[in-house]
Amino acid sequence: MTMPDFLLHALLAGLALALVAGPLGSFVVWRRMAYFGDTLSHAALFGVAIGLLLDISPTLAVTVGCLLLALLLVTLQQRQPLASDTLLGILAHSTLSLGLVTLSFMPEVRIDLMSYLFGDLLAVSREDLYWIVAGSALVLLILVPLWRPLLAITVHEELARVEGLPVAAIRLALMLLIALVIAVAMKIVGVLLITSLLIIPAAAAQRHARTPEQMALGASLLGLLAVCGGLSLSWFQDTPAGPSIVVCAAALFLLSFLLRRRAV
Amino acid sequence: MSDSLIRLHDVTVQFAGQAVLEGVNLDLQAGEIVTLIGPNGAGKTTLVRVVLGLLRPSQGSVWRQSRLRIGYMPQKLSVEATLPLSVLRFLRLVAGVGRAEAEAALAEVGAEQVLNSPLQAISGGELQRVLLARALLRKPQLLVLDEPVQGVDVAGQAELYRLIGRLRERYGCGVLMVSHDLHLVMSATDQVICLNRHVCCSGHPEQVGADPAFHALFGQDARSLAVYQHHHDHQHDLHGGVVLTPHVHGPHCKH
Repeated sequence: MTMPDFLLHALLAGLALALVAGPLGSFVVWRRMAYFGDTLSHAALFGVAIGLLLDISPTLAVTVGCLLLALLLVTLQQRQPLASDTLLGILAHSTLSLGLVTLSFMPEVRIDLMSYLFGDLLAVSREDLYWIVAGSALVLLILVPLWRPLLAITVHEELARVEGLPVAAIRLALMLLIALVIAVAMKIVGVLLITSLLIIPAAAAQRHARTPEQMALGASLLGLLAVCGGLSLSWFQDTPAGPSIVVCAAALFLLSFLLRRRAV
Repeated sequence: MSDSLIRLHDVTVQFAGQAVLEGVNLDLQAGEIVTLIGPNGAGKTTLVRVVLGLLRPSQGSVWRQSRLRIGYMPQKLSVEATLPLSVLRFLRLVAGVGRAEAEAALAEVGAEQVLNSPLQAISGGELQRVLLARALLRKPQLLVLDEPVQGVDVAGQAELYRLIGRLRERYGCGVLMVSHDLHLVMSATDQVICLNRHVCCSGHPEQVGADPAFHALFGQDARSLAVYQHHHDHQHDLHGGVVLTPHVHGPHCKH
């Protein structure tokens, strides 16, 4: 029996994302950036609308949009006194609404909103797959040299600064990497579910990890399992693929509580 | 000229128009231990941040020896509980530090037993030593210690001050530390700077101990207490805000 093309594409795309979501998601957990991820993913829909409006590839529009929003956020955080979560809340919901309003101005464009909100993994084309694999590989490549500096600023920013690390640049790089992953992931699980793929596997791996690397790798492995499980569920039970993956990830998270915590 | 590591000239720092430090001069020499004391809100940590280069003064100038290597021991470290990090890995976050160097630094501060413990699981005293080890791994010319004995019992405090003294001998580095603890600091320091937004008095411990400004700032505690509680030069209102009352100036005070 051979696997149909669309299923193969879906599997490869999901696996590429799970791989990169492990280490990046670990930082999202360590640095409490879950809401940041959520904000970027809400804004992704605005990117889609702009892409359709300007007639450029939505993937490209979302990628550029997410990167720009991450930059805007860093600037705003430095320039005004509102707390980060207030700022994120404002940006998340206004960009999501802007996206929906913009789409309503284009009645001739018929898009399946559900597929953007919850992902359409089984419709991943060969071209989409290239984007996803290239994006994930790029993020992993950048992450390798950044790993130790990122850990250092996560433990104590001022200490890292005194030791000569360019803290602001490293922090910005992490935000841009997360933005890139979210742009890549939109096709897979949709804007409303992206953050879950970053944080659930990392949170599940956390209880059983003794080093940062074990947690990152564990999160990647759990993510891979969730993608395989979710796709199987979708294939055999005809459930929506994106939510099925998230359900599998959540099940793995629950399972991690049942397993005995490894003695330190 | 002498071996200055860092010189601050007439440094003033303001937050929202309010002066936190005013006209502070400071000259740190290699091999010298300088201790900053003063009540809460006196600007001790602010001054440390200026020395570290984390904060730019509103006025005044800061001169640093070129490529000055600073080892910094922060006041506290709280690592997210979800981050699995052993003491060894924590020390190896310093660029270019291998396992052997990390072990040697831990042995130097007498905390080799926690090498493989998770950072969140060690005691307050052990954490202070681990932080000191990390500062040493930078091969510092200047050690900056923000309340190095915080959370350590009295016997441990004296021991930690002796350790800092030994490290100074060994590495010939300058030391700038912030302390709350008058009595123990007196014996472990070459120069004391008494800070209350401005430098109230400074000099050798005996000299400062005899200075009226010092007594004005610390009152009875200056003479007798090992663990001091500072006397306010101001009162607090019901909301915890500061109500200023004039404070007494010593003969060396220039404002």
